[in-house]
Amino acid sequence: MLLDQATRILVQGITGREASAMTEDMLAYGTPILAGVTPGKGGQQVCGVNVFDTIAEAQASQRCTASIVSVPAPSVLDAASEAIAHGITLLLIMTERVPRLDTARLLCRARAAGCTVIGPNTLGLIRPGIAKMGTIGGRIDNVRQSFKPGRVAVLSRSGGMTTEIASFLSSRGIGQSIAIGVGGDPMIGADFCDLVDQLENDPSTDAVVIYGEPGGFAEERLAERLIHKPSRLRINAFLSGRFVDELEGVRFGHAAVIVERGRGSVRGKITALKKAGVFVADTFDEIITGLPA
Amino acid sequence: MRLLEHQAKRLLGGFGLPFSPSMLVTSAVQAERAAASLNGSVVLKAQLPFGGRGHIGAVLFADGPHDAREVASRLFAMEPRGCPVRLVTVEPRVTFTRELYVGVAWDGAARLPVAILSTAGGIDVERAGETEVARITFDPFTGLRAFQGRQMARSLGLTGRTVAGIGAVLEKLTAAFLQLDGVTTEINPLAETTDQALVGLDAHVEIDDDAVYRLKERLAPLGAIETHSAGRAPTALEVDAQRIDAMDHRGVAGRVVEFDGDLALLIGGGGASLTVFDAIRRYGGRPANYCEVGGNPTEEKVAALTELLLGKPGVTKLAVIMNVVNNTRADVMARGAIEGVKRAGRVPKEAISVFRIPGSWEPEARAILAEAGIEALGREVSLDAAARLAVQRSHHAA
Repeated sequence: MLLDQATRILVQGITGREASAMTEDMLAYGTPILAGVTPGKGGQQVCGVNVFDTIAEAQASQRCTASIVSVPAPSVLDAASEAIAHGITLLLIMTERVPRLDTARLLCRARAAGCTVIGPNTLGLIRPGIAKMGTIGGRIDNVRQSFKPGRVAVLSRSGGMTTEIASFLSSRGIGQSIAIGVGGDPMIGADFCDLVDQLENDPSTDAVVIYGEPGGFAEERLAERLIHKPSRLRINAFLSGRFVDELEGVRFGHAAVIVERGRGSVRGKITALKKAGVFVADTFDEIITGLPA
Repeated sequence: MRLLEHQAKRLLGGFGLPFSPSMLVTSAVQAERAAASLNGSVVLKAQLPFGGRGHIGAVLFADGPHDAREVASRLFAMEPRGCPVRLVTVEPRVTFTRELYVGVAWDGAARLPVAILSTAGGIDVERAGETEVARITFDPFTGLRAFQGRQMARSLGLTGRTVAGIGAVLEKLTAAFLQLDGVTTEINPLAETTDQALVGLDAHVEIDDDAVYRLKERLAPLGAIETHSAGRAPTALEVDAQRIDAMDHRGVAGRVVEFDGDLALLIGGGGASLTVFDAIRRYGGRPANYCEVGGNPTEEKVAALTELLLGKPGVTKLAVIMNVVNNTRADVMARGAIEGVKRAGRVPKEAISVFRIPGSWEPEARAILAEAGIEALGREVSLDAAARLAVQRSHHAA
């Protein structure tokens, strides 16, 4: 499922302050980070990882399959295109506020090449006890405390809430097979619907917890998909921002969180998900209802 | 970022899209002169940053200069949704046989731009039936080709010169959408005149806020672009909070939305803020504000925000609640909050109802809070339970 011991990871923008700290944490968690790329910094090392000027050079020796993009927003389309052109099949874009046109263009290239894109504006994903990509969970001791191996997948539109939900599940004895921050930008790659499709075939996952927010229609799209194609997975959802329904046109938090002309309301999302057989938690604490330990 | 009609027409006109001549005026006297120069029946439109102007009487017709002056004075006296009318356009009244709609937007499911054509243009386009609308997603690198636009026109039964006209308009409109980093570019109505020429009577352009950095040159000739949140104007407290958040670029301690309750909230990150705000209200609490803290803000920013929120008249208590933090330091939050409470002239252990920030630097935060007589809540207390506790304790205070 997306990330395992066989995944070979490179970090684009590895010499940046945040990216190098992140690399240290990922390595400490046992994540196979095999190369870094920063144009102009070829030949350096970050936490013992070799830095190359181009992915072409990195791939000559490393044959990476996944990349983490941590570059400024104006460079994301170029960096992602470079990764896709060199055989990367899992692309995690951490950068936030990427122009929508650039995201649409890189997603076109990714689709054509069969590459899965997580983000933009994601803190990353983790398979507890196996590996993690991105800053998800923060420092290593916090990651180990919050995320425990198990059989429940967490999909969240908020990076912070990914950790909060995992930590809550762990404290109730419920481990996670994978936890993914899907990204907070208005246009993202894999959404709830795409990821549930993938989890459907993942033998390590029995149930999914979804954290949704106002704005967009990822929750509605998932509901539609579940009506057409019922899932073997137990799916619980929690949606925050009910009060945003009363404040049309006001933007909150993630750039995607806005209710416009009645679209994207939490009320509408809850109705759609319930109709599709999803258990929708009224309070945060109810997200564990019916989950297998 | 939504542009005003006259700005949208100017930008789209630059791509060769057809619009009727339009004169921008700032007073009723100017409107009279403009109408005189246009000679005949005119339409006057208040320039407002939202749609549906026809429904609120912000688009009016006038017969001749004198009438135009009177109509313009009525428009300049309007202040719909708190937006005073400062600019009005005066245009010749176009006679047409049909009102079409052409627009480009993002198809969220396909993650592709989509071109839309409707034969039911005008003010009620949102009620157009399925047989009156053609949609096609297109390549975000190349835009739509004219022939695809002609096919759309034919699929809706359009005939004659209009078919070729629609092809040309859609090719240009999609090019404009891509080059302007559009969220929406639309012409509505696109009038079909008696000789089957097409002319745009109104335009709407919204630009991606995250792409404005690369559009500076294109937008410069448009003059000042006022950004309006579609909601109300910011309150004094919200403006102060923005100023605090802008003190330095480290982290976020702001994005305040004011409410009229008695419980101040210092909450974060974004998702947890939404969660906690809902929970506070569910348990009968009355929030004085919404806010977002995250990305490891400085102690000074946290202190200034705390002082502002707690200092608001009628506020009795402050609840500090965040999700398990990855990157924000709980100890910095603790020091900032305590300092802010003191600056507001309050005693920390009385003013702070709950403090729940598990995660990085949590033990240090616990020690700082203990010294001030406050017991920090850990991750075993859920966001929901922390919110409930905050409400219970604020009720005891009242």
